[in-house]
Amino acid sequence: MSFVFYLLAALTIAGGLAAVLLKNTVHCALSLTVAFAGLALLYLELDAQFAGFAQILVYIGAVAILVVFAILLTKGSETPKDGVYSKNWFVGLVIAAGVFAVLGWAVLQSAAVLPHQTGPAPTVTVLQIGNALMGRYVLPLEIVALLLTAALIGAVIVAMHEKESAK
Amino acid sequence: MNPLTGYLLVAALLFAIGLAGALTRRNAILVLIGIELMLNAANLNLIAFWRYGPHPEALTGMMFAIFSIAVAAAEAAVGLGLVISIHRHAHTTDLDAMNRMKG
Repeated sequence: MSFVFYLLAALTIAGGLAAVLLKNTVHCALSLTVAFAGLALLYLELDAQFAGFAQILVYIGAVAILVVFAILLTKGSETPKDGVYSKNWFVGLVIAAGVFAVLGWAVLQSAAVLPHQTGPAPTVTVLQIGNALMGRYVLPLEIVALLLTAALIGAVIVAMHEKESAK
Repeated sequence: MNPLTGYLLVAALLFAIGLAGALTRRNAILVLIGIELMLNAANLNLIAFWRYGPHPEALTGMMFAIFSIAVAAAEAAVGLGLVISIHRHAHTTDLDAMNRMKG
């Protein structure tokens, strides 16, 4: 485990914690961007260059901006007077802690049988990824393209301003 | 420590943080942020298994992660569109105040 990994993991976890703990919603969105950037750097550390840059383009470039737009359009940056946490926040915290305990226990128990190819990093060029996307994975690619089109049209229709006569 | 174990533990912690955020926050947008964190934790698992697994040249884990990123982008667009639509009807994004399905 290298020093870089610990640094990036700390950055990602700190960004994630700030994204769910801060009171101001805009600050939460900015912390979410930090968490996404930390994850992209972790992908680069794992020699997955394409996935790392796709993460930066899609998450930091699109999803974070979309979240900020939604916050500003819904006046969500105003802190509600009766607290930012739900009434039964303690139950949620217990469930999340339980899930983390189970996941961590499972990972540590299976540490001996997990694969650990510590050889040189696999060299993956964009050419190989393009060939795979156009060859073996062409059907999932088409389905994802259809899904994205349908989802974005649906999002626009759902969020579109309704006419008064339609009510 | 096995490098894969470290990545899996970071992903598990990030997933738990996202789950805690989705379950405890009142604001619907913050719940969506928690869901995004959970999806990203799953992606980190996929990439880590691809890197340390037996056949990285087959690109399976990498392709899973790329498709998962695309599906998560669609999910974010639809979710935030729904939040904006609900805010227009109910004038709130507080999930505790949204207790009716009828507009």
